[in-house]
Amino acid sequence: MSEQRFNIDVENINAEFCGSSTGYADERVLVSLERAQGFGKLKNLPKRLPVGCRRGGCGICRARILEGNYKRDPMSREYVTLEDEKEGLVLLCAIYPLSDLKVRLEPKCVKNVEANSQSLEI
Amino acid sequence: MALTGVLRPGFIQLRVLDMAASVEYYTKRIGFHVVTKGEDGRVYLKAADEFDHHSLVLRQADTAGLDLYAFKVRKDEDLDSFKKRIEDYGIEVDDVRAGEQPGIGRRISFVIESGHRIELYAQAEMSEPKPLIHNPDVWSVEPHGMRARRMDHALLYGPNIEKVLNFFVKVLDFECAERVDMPDGLLAIWLTAGMKAHDIAFVNHPEPGKFHHVAFELEDWKDVGNAADIITRYNISIDIGPTRHGITRGQTIYFFDPSGNRCEVFAGGYTYYPDHPTRTWDEKEIGRGIFYYERQLNDAFLSVVT
Amino acid sequence: MAMTGVLRPGFIQIRVMDMEAAKEHYIKRIGLHQVMEGDDGRVYLKAADEFDHHSIVLRKADDAGCDLMAFKVLDEETLDGFKKRIEDYGIEVDEVRAGEQPGIGRRISFVITSGHRIELYSNCDQSDPKPGIFNSHIWSVEPHGMRARRFDHALFYGPDIDGVLDFFTKVLDFKLAEKVQMPDGLLGIWLTCGMKAHDIAFVKHPEPGKFHHVSFELENWNDVGRAADIITNFNISIDIGPTRHGITYGQTIYFFDPSGNRNEVFAGGYTYYPDLPTRAWDERDVGKAIFYYERQLNEAFLSVVT
Repeated sequence: MSEQRFNIDVENINAEFCGSSTGYADERVLVSLERAQGFGKLKNLPKRLPVGCRRGGCGICRARILEGNYKRDPMSREYVTLEDEKEGLVLLCAIYPLSDLKVRLEPKCVKNVEANSQSLEI
Repeated sequence: MALTGVLRPGFIQLRVLDMAASVEYYTKRIGFHVVTKGEDGRVYLKAADEFDHHSLVLRQADTAGLDLYAFKVRKDEDLDSFKKRIEDYGIEVDDVRAGEQPGIGRRISFVIESGHRIELYAQAEMSEPKPLIHNPDVWSVEPHGMRARRMDHALLYGPNIEKVLNFFVKVLDFECAERVDMPDGLLAIWLTAGMKAHDIAFVNHPEPGKFHHVAFELEDWKDVGNAADIITRYNISIDIGPTRHGITRGQTIYFFDPSGNRCEVFAGGYTYYPDHPTRTWDEKEIGRGIFYYERQLNDAFLSVVT
Repeated sequence: MAMTGVLRPGFIQIRVMDMEAAKEHYIKRIGLHQVMEGDDGRVYLKAADEFDHHSIVLRKADDAGCDLMAFKVLDEETLDGFKKRIEDYGIEVDEVRAGEQPGIGRRISFVITSGHRIELYSNCDQSDPKPGIFNSHIWSVEPHGMRARRFDHALFYGPDIDGVLDFFTKVLDFKLAEKVQMPDGLLGIWLTCGMKAHDIAFVKHPEPGKFHHVSFELENWNDVGRAADIITNFNISIDIGPTRHGITYGQTIYFFDPSGNRNEVFAGGYTYYPDLPTRAWDERDVGKAIFYYERQLNEAFLSVVT
């Protein structure tokens, strides 16, 4: 197992700082953020950490890399187009840190999720 | 013939981002078998307890999600009569030639108002492995992985659920076994062509053509627990469970394939007959309808789709 | 309508020699509920997971055995259609007036060539307890005893099994899901009108009209084990099991009611569709067909009937 550890800073879509997690080189960035959330280290999230399929298909954990390097798994082009990718957009569940990272959440279809949520009043 | 028209879900075609990882997942983890690989790269899989040629088709793509969901009908003539009924209803029907998928006869193909492509076919070859029929043992090849016995149903997300309900009931002769009505309208429907509590289900959702999950049937609750062990052991992304649905009563666990397509394995569910009433749920108890033990929905279940 | 004709087993009327002991057995041990007692002393029972008025009728008599087994059909038109087809086949049909059994509409009644009285009806009332249909729970009343979920099927012994097969498939539109073929002819047939592996079964036997067992469905193998505990705890006469059938794949245990009528509780069994082949067994493996783990028949199972 890799012991290479990196610091991952995350901010929400309004650029408010949410918190940091310790990420590992062989660990999906989203999973490290889930761990930080479990320890109560993430604040200022618009709702909660956008966790969906964790395998690059559903687009929920779409985010912008503000600083740092990473490697990537396949991710659905429906949510990250080639142009998006050039701008630094990724799915956090499909990237692994190669350095400290600074990321901003830009979740997919926020409107739809909230439309559904409101109609269900959950 | 006591069962006529649409018999059962036949096969589902899913898009995957990484074919090698997907084949490993559906064969080693879910417990399916590869039947054949097509020249165009599609991979055809089945459960050993299914007779028909295949029930799951994987297609390499740069997005995840559902290409189409196909039902097997009783007779070739049924295809012609359904084609006419679907066209009379006002939905365009395409013909798909026999052999477009190996082992499958001609299909009729159409897009319903929720944006999903649905197909019907009458002819399918059988393939190995399949159940024995002469002095048949309980299984022909030893079950492995999650021990899935069949591709059982799918849940699809899209708009116009009222119209979808009308189409399936009036044109395809399905029955609505269960439904959820919210103050602002119909939220979800569970439809059956036979005696299972559901063969296909829909949840109202603004984006058309979205895919929520494909479900594989297991023998019992103990096998659901075994699947849960496999999910963590092989670092498969978990969604929720083991738990139970109030709707259909299935004992269940949800998780994601390597491309983020949601899968379910489940056991049980009541037996439906066409003289049974439709079971209904409202806003107050919908949490218990979806997750009988947690009694609360989670927003990922309602919003995470491919 | 995807399902037409005969839907399912509706009820079975069983003769018992000690009504109080029989009620205790079927209610407290099997887990059924008493719906009512008729003026003529017949007792009407049901499982809490059944909608229809009753599924078991107990009649006090000075011998044990089965009076009749009745199937529910889709509608009155279907009932009239079957009456004509049965008479055209050459079997006399009696009309039984609505209300002869409480909650049940008019029936047509006839004796098949194995000597068993079979009935069909289309109308019946619902009774409590029954499954909830609005924001419903998994069960309305807490399951007790062996937690039987429904009257599922019966096995009859009698002559002319070939004739019975012809009648059920040609006249009542049943399908032959499974059969045992011995060198001297057909020994057993498992017939279905829907998607269950069997709704009624027959074994060749010289005496006409004999009753082998009535079967109740359980949720899973775990509940079969619980039933085994109950059988010994309450000193119920055991026949065989827990074991599995090669035929139908059911996980099962057999025992006797206080009058010596054989009962089965079982879980599982494959899903049948009318496009699937008939599964067949021959003399070599018939032991495994009946008892998949013991792999040998026992004399009592073949000869002890009421």
